[in-house]
Amino acid sequence: MAEANKVKPKTEPKKILLAHGGGGQLTDELIRQHILPRFRNKTLAELTDSAKLNLDSRSVCFTTDSYVIKPLFFNGGDIGKLAVCGTVNDLAVAGSKPVALALSLIIEEGLEFELLEKILDSISKTAKANGVDIVTGDIKTVETGAADKIFINTAGIGIKLAGVDLGFGKIKPGDKIILSGTIGDHGMTILSQREGIKFQSPLKSDCAALAKLTCRLLENTKGIKFMRDPTRGGLAATLNEISKSTGLSIEINQPCIPVTPTVQAAADMLGLDVLNIANEGKFVAVVSPQSADKCLRICKRSSLGKKASIIGTVTKTHDVPAVEMVTRIGGRRIVPMPYGRELPRIC
Amino acid sequence: MCLAIPARIIELETDNAVVDAMGNRWQAKTTLLPQAKLGDLVLVHAGFAISMVDEEEAKKTWELFEEIDNFQKTRNKISG
Amino acid sequence: MQSACEKLGRQINIMEVCGTHTVSIFRNGIRTILPAGLKLLSGPGCPVCVTDQGYIDIVLQLADRKDCLIATYGDMIRVPGKNGSLEKRPSSNVRVVMSSEDALKLAKDNPKKVVVFIAVGFETTAPATAVVVKEAAQQNIGNFCILSGHKLVVPAMRALLSGKNHKIDAFLCPGHVSAIIGSDAFTEIAENFHRPCVVAGFEPIQIIEGLAEICRQLAEDEAEAKSVYAAVVTNKGNITAQKIISDCFEPADGLWRGLGKIEKSTLKLRDKYSRFDAFKRFGLTEAPTEELGGCRCGHVLCGLITPPQCSLFGNTCTPTEPVGPCMVSSEGACAAWFKYGRGK
Repeated sequence: MAEANKVKPKTEPKKILLAHGGGGQLTDELIRQHILPRFRNKTLAELTDSAKLNLDSRSVCFTTDSYVIKPLFFNGGDIGKLAVCGTVNDLAVAGSKPVALALSLIIEEGLEFELLEKILDSISKTAKANGVDIVTGDIKTVETGAADKIFINTAGIGIKLAGVDLGFGKIKPGDKIILSGTIGDHGMTILSQREGIKFQSPLKSDCAALAKLTCRLLENTKGIKFMRDPTRGGLAATLNEISKSTGLSIEINQPCIPVTPTVQAAADMLGLDVLNIANEGKFVAVVSPQSADKCLRICKRSSLGKKASIIGTVTKTHDVPAVEMVTRIGGRRIVPMPYGRELPRIC
Repeated sequence: MCLAIPARIIELETDNAVVDAMGNRWQAKTTLLPQAKLGDLVLVHAGFAISMVDEEEAKKTWELFEEIDNFQKTRNKISG
Repeated sequence: MQSACEKLGRQINIMEVCGTHTVSIFRNGIRTILPAGLKLLSGPGCPVCVTDQGYIDIVLQLADRKDCLIATYGDMIRVPGKNGSLEKRPSSNVRVVMSSEDALKLAKDNPKKVVVFIAVGFETTAPATAVVVKEAAQQNIGNFCILSGHKLVVPAMRALLSGKNHKIDAFLCPGHVSAIIGSDAFTEIAENFHRPCVVAGFEPIQIIEGLAEICRQLAEDEAEAKSVYAAVVTNKGNITAQKIISDCFEPADGLWRGLGKIEKSTLKLRDKYSRFDAFKRFGLTEAPTEELGGCRCGHVLCGLITPPQCSLFGNTCTPTEPVGPCMVSSEGACAAWFKYGRGK
């Protein structure tokens, strides 16, 4: 009898409860015990509704992205690392130095705390390694089934590098196209771990933050016209976007496009085209012909660009802007904009 | 309608095999190829090994391909 | 190849009857490096494209049933029927599988539902279906059945050559179907119709090798069934696979989109396995249906017109909003033409 009246010792919940997103005691505990210690910086510590940033420049880049990837953890990364790298990269290819991120979490009721902590650790580690602070954020919880474990949104601010002005308008026929490394790694890694397609593979996502390399390129060369990271839709989508927005055409050379044999074999098995597969640690740069070699050298000196290659040229359009590829055997074919959902096929 | 790739059998128990293609490993059945042994190069389609692959012949194609690849690369360097 | 064209002094029309060849030819831009007198026709080699409208409508009917779980290869997901496509059905009723074994496993894991395996494909894929039908029989798996849409290549080739308007001079034969049926299977076509039949692999060089051999034969007025895909194809093929096909299936007359009824051209489950036959289980028959308005997939499949000659091509029929299977299927001639050609 006496036992029943004893107050049970307060143990930390092992799973996320709806109350963690309620803005009350549990939310406060979550922030103070799990968020603040991982993202130590003055701005965040103030815990005001908005972060006050003192930026040295009036030229800033601002971006946002949401991350809903499945599985949450994969060879080469996880949703947390991706959430930092993805947004950092969007700032990097716009010609800015990333400085601050906002972090929003939407968590499904029932997510194990251990999993959340792992993701937070990853975000913290990646942000620190790339010199960005998490300065503000938000946590919401939803009922079981209303979200797939966790959705993350990050918004980022970067300071535009002096003298840098990238844009579609700068691209001209004759400009060279540089790809910073092998394609297809991220997308094929994810596919290899998806239910129904699972296969064992040494494949590793190329998830990485590119700001250090892009800043180095922009600070040391003059001829860079435009950059983009080929994420969803792969290289094909990025090149088609460039072609469509400029009204110019692009010609690329298949033998010059770096692909690892493992990725190629995996794509072949599923009937997919590597050009359409997502990448999370690569960028495409359109540069003036005079600066192409120098850009390539700078890329190759970095661990993020060892396999960089000049893959093609921007050309004048004859009838309709298109991306065309010279194939390994000297044939030519169009590289179309991908549908948006690559389905594995057997036939 | 014949998406199949050559892969090597690296594990085999009755007709359940694990095949390897450039490091990617899949499960495949060798029910249709009872003569297949560990170490053989086979053609895998829709989860089944459907044919043996003659390594000598396969090599010839790959060598030819590499030749063309290198030729194209040098050609592009010259013109590009 | 160039000299063969010159010697014959006329255009050479070679038909390839394998969707994977169609795609490889386009992806590698092979047409752009062929001599002017050599024309490649895309034939009915894409099993999805030649699947009759009626079959697709049956698949969709079954997908709408609460007691069914459809297991299908990715190829079929976007094929449109009268009422949308599998893609537009809730994913809880439709699962993409990579292998027939996955479909059987789905049945074991979902005892309350009837798993219907959409068995399409040519002789390359039929043995995989046969193996699981036998396993289902041995293991007594009652909630598994197949909707057989398997088709045979040689009868289709025969039908094409018997047609009135064909301009086919030779066939580039499918490499992996031949791994199963053997290159000798094409001898009757070569001999009875005096048309070269050459089996080639799918790498661009292998395709070119195949075309070169065809040209050589044409120039010498020869007509042989031959394989230049020595790494994988033998004369007799895979006997084990052939036996298992004939144990489970028997040839039956069937409907091919665009070609109509072809004798003994499809595979039907034998009576001893009829409990795994979805047609019988659900009391369905494949009835000929009308083509979706204006669609000329049939003519494209016979090589009578090129995709741009269909009035719907590129207008109302595009890869994002396809009307007929030739545009939907990743191997369809129209899709390949649109994607890799100039979108015209």
